[in-house]
Amino acid sequence: MGHTLSVRQLEAWYGSNQTLKGINMEIASNHVTAIIGPSGCGKSTFVRCINRMHETLPGSKVKGEIILDGESIYEQDPVVLRKMVGMVFQKPNPFPSMSIYENVVAGVRLNGMRNKKTLQDIAEKSLRMAALWDEVKDRLNYSGMSLSGGQQQRLCIARALAVEPSVLLMDEPASALDPIATMHIEGLVRQLKEDYTILIVTHNMQQAARIADSTAFFLNGELVEHGPTSEIFTNPNDKRTEDYITGRFG
Amino acid sequence: MRQPLNEGQLVLIELLKKMGEEVERILKGCMQTLISLDRAQAEFWIAEDQKINDFERQVDDECVRLIATQQPVAKDLRKIISAMKISTDLERMGDLAIDIAKIVRRMEGPLLKQLVDIPIMAEKALGMMKQGLEAYASEDMELANDLAVQDDQVDHLYKRVLRDLLVIMMEKPEVLDQGMYLSFVGRYLERFADHATNIGENVIYIATAGRQDLNK
Repeated sequence: MGHTLSVRQLEAWYGSNQTLKGINMEIASNHVTAIIGPSGCGKSTFVRCINRMHETLPGSKVKGEIILDGESIYEQDPVVLRKMVGMVFQKPNPFPSMSIYENVVAGVRLNGMRNKKTLQDIAEKSLRMAALWDEVKDRLNYSGMSLSGGQQQRLCIARALAVEPSVLLMDEPASALDPIATMHIEGLVRQLKEDYTILIVTHNMQQAARIADSTAFFLNGELVEHGPTSEIFTNPNDKRTEDYITGRFG
Repeated sequence: MRQPLNEGQLVLIELLKKMGEEVERILKGCMQTLISLDRAQAEFWIAEDQKINDFERQVDDECVRLIATQQPVAKDLRKIISAMKISTDLERMGDLAIDIAKIVRRMEGPLLKQLVDIPIMAEKALGMMKQGLEAYASEDMELANDLAVQDDQVDHLYKRVLRDLLVIMMEKPEVLDQGMYLSFVGRYLERFADHATNIGENVIYIATAGRQDLNK
């Protein structure tokens, strides 16, 4: 099951540049939430705060609170937190020297799992959830790099799912893919929300409209508006949201 | 692939089907009222129109949502645009049914003759509406094209109704008012059938992106 996330008064800086200004947001479990906004609006910083990746950058700073399933993420070990919060990046990034199978179980192995049968079960389950199993089951020992871009991205999703997170963060997961691979990933995201809380960053507004249950619009480090996707795209409350989604600025 | 769009299209088919069932229920009720000349019943059916209007709004809202969030193109877009137009046709058909109940409000009984062709017109027009909606749901061009043939039959019945009423009105000037009202009813049912042909025209538009006049 996915967990809810509560973000309270979140502020983030890169050096002296404040990229997030007092974000308050509730992210529902088993729900796809899309973050949209122009470049530099803080949307990627926002998701990177959620798995505590932002603070690993030199000169960065974070203030405020993020509560995951009732517990502040800043009171947790970042390594444990990242098991609960999986991340998929813009460019598919399978480990180049590893086979498909090894890629999927890499995280689980890192966590200490050695039992071969268990690892095989996890690999199959994760690849099935990522809708990739049927395409790769006969060549699990091939290099991860032998797959197409869309398949590589689903491999990365399988890798993220293998450690059984409750939240899945996706930063532009389909922007490097062709339309057919994009539709595959979008279909997958919709299936995955049955089991996960999904937060997807995209500057492709149409994609947000297609797959998200709720959409949040960020601008200049502020959360302008967050609501049901059908409302954001038919009757937004804030003029800045309307201007952005209708292509009148940004 | 494109599951939300496909699901949305199924929702539209279902909504239009239910809207059609509502129009059917109301037209049947209004026809019953015309035969019994029961004014209380007429008022009941006039109030029922709101339900059809609610359906029209629901269809429109779903179409707007799908266009805004799913970016439909080509046939997908034609299906959604057509759903909006069909809901408008069904809403008008509901209004025409209600117009019959409004005639009952003003009509003094008893009926100048037993109604024969008018109930047949109503039955045929309803059949056309259902056939149009079935053609929309199954994208069946043959069913859509067949509506033109049936519309000719309804037009033929309408002419016969007018001619019969004219003869009666000439013979008995005291029933002139009722004769006029009944010819209006015939006109409403003929218009009802015309809207059913519009549904068929939308089906052809969905399938071919071309226009065809089924109501010549």
